[in-house]
Amino acid sequence: MSDVLTAPRSQTRRPAKSLARRIENIVLSTITLVAALVWIFPLYWTLITSIRSDENVAGNASLLPDEFRLNAYVNAIFNTRLMTWYLNSVGTAVIVTVLVLFISMLCAYALSQIRFPGRGLLYGVVLASFMVPAQTLVVTQFILMKDLNLINTWAGIILPQLIAPVVIIVYKQFFDSVPKEMREAVVLDGGGEYTILFKVFLPLNWGITTAMAIVTFIGVWNAFFWPFLVVTSENMMTIPVGITQVKDAFGVAYARLMAVAMLAALPVIIAYIIFQRRVTEAIMISSGVKG
Amino acid sequence: MAMIENRRKKSLVALTMVTPFLVTFTIFFLYPMLKMIELSFTDAPLIGAGQWIGFDNYAKLLSDRLFTISLKNNAYFVALTVVPTTAIALLIALGISRLSGVRQTLVMALFFMPYVLPVSVVTEIWAWMLDLQFGILQPLIALISGKPVAVFKNPYWVMPTVAVVTIWWTNGFNVLLFLAGLRNVPAELYEAAALDGATTWQKFSRVTWPLLWPVTALVLTLQLILQLKIFDQIYLLSGGGPFNSSYVLLLKVYREAFQSNNGGYASAVATVVFLLIAVISVLQFQLLRIRRNS
Repeated sequence: MSDVLTAPRSQTRRPAKSLARRIENIVLSTITLVAALVWIFPLYWTLITSIRSDENVAGNASLLPDEFRLNAYVNAIFNTRLMTWYLNSVGTAVIVTVLVLFISMLCAYALSQIRFPGRGLLYGVVLASFMVPAQTLVVTQFILMKDLNLINTWAGIILPQLIAPVVIIVYKQFFDSVPKEMREAVVLDGGGEYTILFKVFLPLNWGITTAMAIVTFIGVWNAFFWPFLVVTSENMMTIPVGITQVKDAFGVAYARLMAVAMLAALPVIIAYIIFQRRVTEAIMISSGVKG
Repeated sequence: MAMIENRRKKSLVALTMVTPFLVTFTIFFLYPMLKMIELSFTDAPLIGAGQWIGFDNYAKLLSDRLFTISLKNNAYFVALTVVPTTAIALLIALGISRLSGVRQTLVMALFFMPYVLPVSVVTEIWAWMLDLQFGILQPLIALISGKPVAVFKNPYWVMPTVAVVTIWWTNGFNVLLFLAGLRNVPAELYEAAALDGATTWQKFSRVTWPLLWPVTALVLTLQLILQLKIFDQIYLLSGGGPFNSSYVLLLKVYREAFQSNNGGYASAVATVVFLLIAVISVLQFQLLRIRRNS
């Protein structure tokens, strides 16, 4: 054995080193893989729990699925207002996403392409609002919504979430890098700024639009603090707020609770799996690591 | 003449484009912000008018024990999360960067998945895993403390446990940033180091770490700001208890405003938190700008 191992040594040091490196690589890769499995375990355990019967959940520490029942899911769907909350979540998240993109795109285009008085000031405001914590404004935002009679409405959930300075900043960055010639071609044809934006800048930046749409959607879908404050009626709750009510209704029926959790998580998990690369890209772009 | 005309027309077009943002910003951000500052000088209830009382609310803050406790708990939570999550994310990113192809994508997805979950799903999962009677993690806890612990009802366990939950939930984001940072390290530098016979540790400490420092600074400051704003997980897991051992600043704002009906006082607390985070954010922004310019 030792002969075999020492034999190549005389020729050159490289092979021995690459063997050591290969072992190191295998060991570190295995550790990473195991860590990933440990990391995802809570989600796995949620899934396993949710397909067991309630009687079989308590004290069952078997890590493998030993039952496949959908009772908990049926129960979650028919005995809670989950479907109403889905509707509220989808509705508000879609509206916020569309409006945020529209508002931010227009503002970013003007900031990037048109010289107008107050431009610098406006960009300063955008940057500043990016840096202050909107969560601390909830008290007075709530009072405002109360004054506008928007408590327990979609509009109440939506309106304060429309301010997304980071989307403006990202759009502006991308618009800044569009070559001048592209806009001049449209100007020569007599097209105005809106034509340039929608015929040239938007198509050129579809990638960034989809990326921003996905992260905005996920962010709004998951928003908890504000919807939790502005909605008190169960019928108007979004998914993240609604599912906190289920515990009180079910007591400690963990199979059902985990089925509800799975159902609440499913849309974002699916969205993430489908758009994984876009999500990754969007996060890197909006945190300024890549641009 | 034509040019001035043209310029005026352009400004008008620009105005129509920025108006949607300006209107929403003014009504739902600027106005609430100014209103918050104004309210903080009054004794107003949540809904309704109040009397101007000058700096009384701020003076009261100084002697409010619950406010001091909240401040301390926020600091404690920051200590429990910011550096640990940064270190863990860096380790994971280093591990992932050694993988390639499909395996890398898959492992990254596993680490990132929790980040896209709604907070209440996260807290429900962990409440189940840490259930005193049937929680799958209780044997682990018994290993540390000798017996099962109702972690969210125990003043010593509550904050570290919420920190673990938070790190599990948000760490994927940091891993992503580190991975992007690692990709920006030129491969030639590693090859050069390898030719010089550098060990893995030397490569990390001499090549990777110095080049990764800007991303590390970014992660640290983003985390600091994020964790100072802790509310959701605490509210859902422990409600600030037991014995106020997990009471935090935003919970204080929430309770004062929505449960004790002290709009004015809640605004004073909110203003302090607002300023605290705004100052840190501005410092962070300057830091990043210096980095970019250098």
